[in-house]
Amino acid sequence: MERKKPKLAVWKFASCDGCQLSLLDCEDELLDVVGAVEIAYFLEASRAVVSGPYDISLVEGSITTPHDAERIHKIRKVSKYLITIGACATAGGIQALRNFKDVKEFISIVYANPSYIETLSKSTPISDHVFVDFELRGCPINKYQLIEVISAFLNGRKPNIPTYSVCMECKRKGNVCVMVSKGSPCLGPVVQAGCGAICPSYNRGCYGCFGPKETPNVFSLADYFAKMGLKSSEIVRVLRNFNAYSEPFRKGSEAYER
Amino acid sequence: MKDKLIKVDYLARVEGEGALYIKVKNGYVVDVKLRIFEPPRFFEAFLRGRSFMEVPDITARICGICPIAYQMSSVHAIESIFGVKVSGPIRELRRLIYCGEWIESHALHVFMLHAPDFLGYEDVIQMAKDYPDLVKKALRLKKIGNEIVKLIGGREVHPVNVRVGGFYKTPRKSELKKLEDDLKWARDFSIEAVRWIASLEFPDFEQDYEFVALSHPNEYPFNEGRIVSSKGLDVSVNEYDNHFVEEHVAHSNALHSRIVQGGAYFVGPLARFNLNFDKLSALSKEVSLEIDFKPICRNPFKSIIARGIEILYACDEALRIISEYEEPDSPYVDFIVKSGIGYGCTEAPRGILYHRYKLDEKGIVLDAKIVPPTSQNLKMMESDLWKFASVYLNLPDDELTWKCEQAVRNYDPCISCATHFLKVHIERE
Repeated sequence: MERKKPKLAVWKFASCDGCQLSLLDCEDELLDVVGAVEIAYFLEASRAVVSGPYDISLVEGSITTPHDAERIHKIRKVSKYLITIGACATAGGIQALRNFKDVKEFISIVYANPSYIETLSKSTPISDHVFVDFELRGCPINKYQLIEVISAFLNGRKPNIPTYSVCMECKRKGNVCVMVSKGSPCLGPVVQAGCGAICPSYNRGCYGCFGPKETPNVFSLADYFAKMGLKSSEIVRVLRNFNAYSEPFRKGSEAYER
Repeated sequence: MKDKLIKVDYLARVEGEGALYIKVKNGYVVDVKLRIFEPPRFFEAFLRGRSFMEVPDITARICGICPIAYQMSSVHAIESIFGVKVSGPIRELRRLIYCGEWIESHALHVFMLHAPDFLGYEDVIQMAKDYPDLVKKALRLKKIGNEIVKLIGGREVHPVNVRVGGFYKTPRKSELKKLEDDLKWARDFSIEAVRWIASLEFPDFEQDYEFVALSHPNEYPFNEGRIVSSKGLDVSVNEYDNHFVEEHVAHSNALHSRIVQGGAYFVGPLARFNLNFDKLSALSKEVSLEIDFKPICRNPFKSIIARGIEILYACDEALRIISEYEEPDSPYVDFIVKSGIGYGCTEAPRGILYHRYKLDEKGIVLDAKIVPPTSQNLKMMESDLWKFASVYLNLPDDELTWKCEQAVRNYDPCISCATHFLKVHIERE
């Protein structure tokens, strides 16, 4: 007897589409993935929509509008497992930079008629709104980690996603430390692995796509940056990228803003 | 004829979130709205106060499908302030990474997003059941584009290696050589693919478009050139703001770009093909002529052929660059940071992408303006829908709806890119 295929849905909120594109970027694995699951809702790829409930919902993007704050609850209700993919869904994304400013000022900078714009004052991660079964980090996510997470949930096991720092990957690659050898500020010590330490491999410091690692010591690293000669304003900027609103980075940047 | 309302609440197979709304009364189309409700993300606002070095990393995040385009337009704009002239192998590598992005993005659109429309499939997954070989080859083609981006940029989505002045690290000659065999396969397959695309059935539809693209004296345009149109516009990039305006229109969807002394205009592969045919490689020209695809083509449904030809061109150009590549002494050109206003315009897969930055003397952004290709095409897309729906009104509703969706997908709209000016009201009935 053929087993009924689990249903997979992909949902989008405020984002660049890059993380769901990572699924389509699994060129070698895509046809196997669609063999293992039924793609029930994936608008970037299909106009066919299969109704819920869904076994796995992948959620990309952050919550930034009143409508989206409601929509995510509906998605939670029809999903057995809800997995966030990427920095927007997991930490609020680059658009969470508004959280440190007055959003009204932001609207008037970009739009001629601010009254047309309906938006929330903050860009927030999905877990601020509903229970999330797993958060996959990255800006963008690592597509192999995505396949690992999908396969883990389909088989009822814990995903094997390391929570240690980028430094571990960097050392394993045999890179020379860019902070020690070049004096480039690098977030590697406090950022979760997953990218494969790309930036140090390309002669530059990590800028934090995968967000804080488990128990990061952001203040210690920021102190080190200060000793290297970075001004407070520069330290704030280093911590304010795609995961700026994650708690460790937020607290770190706010301390240096004062 | 009955009054009707064609409504697609969530447009599929486009990047980002948009809806389509066409109202028909007494046998006439009385309203067309391409409603885009992708939430705004305010890039131009939070770029203020950031250092010029961070700009390409941040603007890449506007779009996961064409991050290279955002990085390229921003570094060119900033380099124009510092008076940096990038030449030789670094300039060639910029063209090469752009080739990779065109191949990846065009392959995605041609085979996975647009071709299913022509063949009557809901998506590429269904299409793969009947065309397994074609879809497998298309995936391989897309992967080869991604491999170029990954090698030069570090990863496929949001590459890390592009910086003002050049790159953080340049590839070894031997690393580029490894791409050659795959690219030769890709070139052969794209010829086969172009012939296949040309055999599809195209709705009979034309408009008197004003096509706009970059034009360079001796290259098919990626990074440099003047902005020209099929109706005689010919201006430098820093004159863009004098000739194109963005309007924040009241009817719910997006700001529409238009030509100041004109109206809607058309950017993207078909515009580039029409305005730069003579700059294509000999092989791409030969294949175009073989399938009788010549400028000026005014059928927007045939933009899928232009995309196919550009894949072929990008493979050809990538092979040329790799065969001539010599490693540069330094991965980037040195410069002195200065204050000023800079302009950049490059050819994203979907058309011209304009950036303008004002920097202070420390290189901190004071002001930023970004006009993505999709916002430039929106007015044209709506115009197409008015005309197209009027002609095909007699089709059954579901068929007309699908055809209208296809007409929107002619432009490969990237709604995520365009969100910095969108209204987010959703009217749900």
